[in-house]
Amino acid sequence: MHKYILKRLLMLIPVVIGVTFIVFFIMAMTPGDPARTILGETAPQESVDALREELGLNDPIPVRYLNYMKDLLRGDLGESYRSKTPVIKEIMSLYPATLKLAFWGMVFAVVLSIPIGIISATRQYSVLDNVSMVFALLGVATPNFWLGLMLIIIFALNLGVLPSGGDRDGWLSLILPVITLGTGCMASITRTTRSSMLEVIRQDYIRTAKAKGVSKKKVINVHALKNALIPVVTVIGLQFGALLGGAVLTETVFSWPGLGSYLINSIKSQDTPAVLGCVIVFSISFSIVNLIVDILYAYIDPRIKSKYK
Amino acid sequence: MSNNTKSLKKRSQLGEIWQRLTRNKAAMFGLFIFLLLIFCAIFADQIADYDTKVIAPDYDHLCEGPSADHWFGTDELGRDIFARVVHGSRISLVVGIISVSVSLLFGGFFGAIAGYYGGTIDNIIMRIMDIFLAVPSILLAMTIVAAFGTELVFVMIAIGVSGIPNFARIVRAAVMSVKDQEFVEASKAMGASNATIIFKEIIPNCLAPIIVQATLAVASAILSTSSLSFIGLGVKPPTPEWGAMLASGRDYMRDAVHLTVFPGLAIIITILALNLLGDGLRDALDPRLKQ
Repeated sequence: MHKYILKRLLMLIPVVIGVTFIVFFIMAMTPGDPARTILGETAPQESVDALREELGLNDPIPVRYLNYMKDLLRGDLGESYRSKTPVIKEIMSLYPATLKLAFWGMVFAVVLSIPIGIISATRQYSVLDNVSMVFALLGVATPNFWLGLMLIIIFALNLGVLPSGGDRDGWLSLILPVITLGTGCMASITRTTRSSMLEVIRQDYIRTAKAKGVSKKKVINVHALKNALIPVVTVIGLQFGALLGGAVLTETVFSWPGLGSYLINSIKSQDTPAVLGCVIVFSISFSIVNLIVDILYAYIDPRIKSKYK
Repeated sequence: MSNNTKSLKKRSQLGEIWQRLTRNKAAMFGLFIFLLLIFCAIFADQIADYDTKVIAPDYDHLCEGPSADHWFGTDELGRDIFARVVHGSRISLVVGIISVSVSLLFGGFFGAIAGYYGGTIDNIIMRIMDIFLAVPSILLAMTIVAAFGTELVFVMIAIGVSGIPNFARIVRAAVMSVKDQEFVEASKAMGASNATIIFKEIIPNCLAPIIVQATLAVASAILSTSSLSFIGLGVKPPTPEWGAMLASGRDYMRDAVHLTVFPGLAIIITILALNLLGDGLRDALDPRLKQ
């Protein structure tokens, strides 16, 4: 198992190289001159040329990429064109807010979706099942930025019970962004839990357990749930990627001071080092979550664990 | 097999799939909404004039609520929101279909090659796809749009490129499940080239998962377009795109909720319809899945 984890961690290296390669080359094709963007339209050409030289923008793109990778190995993500501060420093100060949002969004989604999915499956075609499935379908179809706006209109502007944005009101500021971010994930996980549970509770061993007189609660919680969890855990892992992408939009709606808002501002101002840094951090986080999901499989299903040995 | 028998068999298979689809009420609802969307997109100019109702400001009717004259009310420049939502369907549909075609063309090609040849080729292609998958798709789309510009064509390319890995994986899996079957062996024995085997024998036999994925991908492409426009990286005003309409309605949501409600509902209904249709198609094309 340790060998497997180590192998998967080593596999992160080509992923990081690949991601930086793709994003670096895409950003390098951006029309316009970053030096001109930094100094402004009225700056004299000599200053722009000097800054281009200083930033290494006159080097060929492959050379710039190699230089960037050399710096990356030292943990240096470059300097933001806008603020002139190290990108890593800015990311470190903003990323906890995004992680906090993503974590609570996922907790909100998982805590609600798994019980709803189980109840829907065990009471298939009941009113409760139909209602929860309609909500799940709507949840998947609703853009989180629109949901965020509606929640702001209802709870902040009309009822005035919750703040409409920012993070100055402690846990109260978290409620609306977390619901906004978590709803889509909740809907997906609910649907997966329901279909996975439906498949499992029709298996022979469940019938056997019932025939032996095991209580319904125990059959569901002990015998069925664990076997139904594998696809659910997969979806949770995949949803984390959607959650990170969604965080960018949610942060915009709620003016949440996280990496998402920073990324959008960096994109708009062509701040290549900042954009690259953010995408690398998001991608590594996503890959690590997928690794954790793979490791979790082993704990849920001993058959998978035996394969890792 | 004679040509007549062949076409009869094809027809009956399609007929069976259609019959299974029509039995699924949710899928039929999805199909109806999707057809309605196509109708709106085609006849948008007949429903509401683009220049006078969609683009030209009307300062006498700013932010008016829904009424008989303006079913969805008017926006911050007095333009009819219903007309803008109807014209918005054209953009959503065009972006959805073209970007999914890009994903399907490239993802399908790479997936088919990887699945058919296997080994090193498969490994190289799929590792590259894994790298693309490591970047959340909306972030990849944002980066591409940021680099090339927010014109509609780049939005379509950005969303299309970010969907390539998903199609590659699905087509690869489908090709792998079919490539060892007897009819492929027979084709090989008859001396058919690899390209003929892949594109004439294998792909037509694994269309079911591809069609389902394409339907669901159109939904997610429409959502991505709106998301990009909402954060200012997609279609720009005054073009009537649903996400852009939501973004401009944001500043007026205290006094004119309808500016944000209707474009949002248009997105939800479209995505919901395509998801229902996709789920229905999955059940109809492969009834084993439903069982």
